Amino acid sequence: MAANKRIMKELGDINSQPPAGCTINLPNESDINNWEVTMQGPPESVYADGHFKIHVSLPKDYPFKPPGISFKTKIYHPNVSNDDRGAMCLGMLRPDEWKPPNKIKDVLALVRTVLAAPQPDDAVETGIAEQFKNDKAAFENNARDWVERYAKGA
Amino acid sequence: MDSDIEDFNSVASSDGFVEDGGSSFGGDDSDVQIDDDFGDDAAFETQEKDLKAKKKHFEVDFSVYSPQDIQDQQDKQVDEVAGLLEQPKESTAILLRYFRWNKERLIEQYMDNQEEVLSKAGLGQDMTTSPPRIEIKDDFMCDICCEDGPGLETFAMKCEHRFCTDCYRQYLAQKIKEEGEAARIKCPGDGCNSIVDSKSLDLMVTPDLTDRYHELLMRTYVDDKESLKWCPAPNCVYAVECGVKKRDLNRIVPTVTCDAKHGFCFGCTLADHQPCPCSLVKKWLKKCEDDSETANWISANTKECPKCGSTIEKNGGCNHMTCRKCRNEFCWMCMGLWSEHGTSWYNCNRYEEKSGTEARDSQAKSRQSLERYLHYYNRYANHEQSAKLDKDIFHKTEKKMTLLQSSSNMSWIEVQFLESASKALQQCRQTLKWTYAFAYYLARNNQTEIFEDNQKDLEMAVENLSEMFEKQPDQLAGLKVQMMDKTAYCNQRHIILLDDTAKNLKEENWQFNTTLS
Repeated sequence: MAANKRIMKELGDINSQPPAGCTINLPNESDINNWEVTMQGPPESVYADGHFKIHVSLPKDYPFKPPGISFKTKIYHPNVSNDDRGAMCLGMLRPDEWKPPNKIKDVLALVRTVLAAPQPDDAVETGIAEQFKNDKAAFENNARDWVERYAKGA
Repeated sequence: MDSDIEDFNSVASSDGFVEDGGSSFGGDDSDVQIDDDFGDDAAFETQEKDLKAKKKHFEVDFSVYSPQDIQDQQDKQVDEVAGLLEQPKESTAILLRYFRWNKERLIEQYMDNQEEVLSKAGLGQDMTTSPPRIEIKDDFMCDICCEDGPGLETFAMKCEHRFCTDCYRQYLAQKIKEEGEAARIKCPGDGCNSIVDSKSLDLMVTPDLTDRYHELLMRTYVDDKESLKWCPAPNCVYAVECGVKKRDLNRIVPTVTCDAKHGFCFGCTLADHQPCPCSLVKKWLKKCEDDSETANWISANTKECPKCGSTIEKNGGCNHMTCRKCRNEFCWMCMGLWSEHGTSWYNCNRYEEKSGTEARDSQAKSRQSLERYLHYYNRYANHEQSAKLDKDIFHKTEKKMTLLQSSSNMSWIEVQFLESASKALQQCRQTLKWTYAFAYYLARNNQTEIFEDNQKDLEMAVENLSEMFEKQPDQLAGLKVQMMDKTAYCNQRHIILLDDTAKNLKEENWQFNTTLS
């Protein structure tokens, strides 16, 4: 498959030049379609001290279809769903926005940007978004609390 | 532009109405009827205009287009605008699609700021240069698949975002096949908004997708135009053009028929629901869905004989029931004695408003409003059910008639009256069904009583015909003349009811107990 060559190249590139704050693992060496990323919270954000595990799944039509992103570590953030899926809603991952030349490192960079600067108007967790907008202090407390509780393991 | 109410009457009558409307409406009204197959053809119209039967109030003008007609329409508009803008056809087509086929807006904005319009539509500057072509490149790496072998076939549009043809093709195939896109597929290049033009697509899209692609382009064309709609019937290829606008829908119920004889409402694309306007249909259907109390009622397909209590299942379309066990004759609707309905005292369609004394008690009031709703719902659902049963009977009878035909000396042509009768029953019941939804929302006044009289007349005629319809095949031959008469009468009553209701709707004479929204 043509996709394999692309994925192998991306893996190579990303390992020689990992995006800021990210380390990449293949949980199963023979399965290059499932990546496990550990992302360090962006410095100077409420998540700075946390390590977040993110599962990146590449569909079989990748790169014609966008990868799937799912937070395995719980995170208090308006744009990440607070459930088993830990889904993150990113514009570039929508089928009509995704372009095949887009790379996983671009996606990870965007994830990190959104961690640093939540987008409450585009939220999946509307409750958290409300709090983010109206009571920043409470939001930051909760976010730090969750980092303490869930994101210090690794 | 100005397709106001007056216009609905101005052009030649389009004789299709509901399924095979032409045949069943024809011949039974006294006006002079000219075969108007020629439609809008001006050459024929000039002389026959005065003789032409006046169009009914419930009819609207519409045209039916085949996929080819629609293609021609698009081509014509592209040609027109291409000349004006001095742009190649491919670019003009993209511009028109980008502007959702609003020619005026395109031309205006193009004249205003040519460059901005071109770049917004993904055409960038200078597109009169060389046509797109596949190039073989050495020393090239495709940014999608990372293939970099020598002699790689590549493709790029004017935006110069170059990828190998395999990837380009797969990208387009996915957009077309899985995302159903056609008119606004963007270049696969990261962040590039250039739209893939039809020349490039013709070059890049594999033959198995070309049809799908062109079909999708056609879809968007029709979807973008307010005056065009696809026939909602499954797999139907026709589109219908009708000048009735959204804002007209409270004054007209635009029933149209495609060339495959599918009748539907142009306003809401539901099945024909004359005489009830779209907004009331929507309200009614929602109400029927919401009122869970009626769910029990709907499921009740059986009733007990009011005299002996035997359980009876209705298996024919007629309301005149005769209990097998005790021979009691009663009306399926009101369960009253059939003899009391007689022929002139048929009073089963009208809901008698109870006196207001009870109304003070709110509980009684709500019970009454439910009762009132059930009255109309009852009759609405009954006609729906009866129409189905009538159809079943027709199919059964048709089979028997074929047998009978071989044993008697009746020819197939001679038993066609059954088919006309069946069609009339279907159409009339469809209308009757909706008259009850309509009546539910009518305020009580003299006009409503006239409406109910029309409704009663049609209903009685329909039930009579339906009753004949249930006779055994060997008896049917003897009823031929009678049935033909009844069929004609039903059709006549049907037209009277529709025409009167539509006329008053157009003139905004109806008073409703709800708002038309």
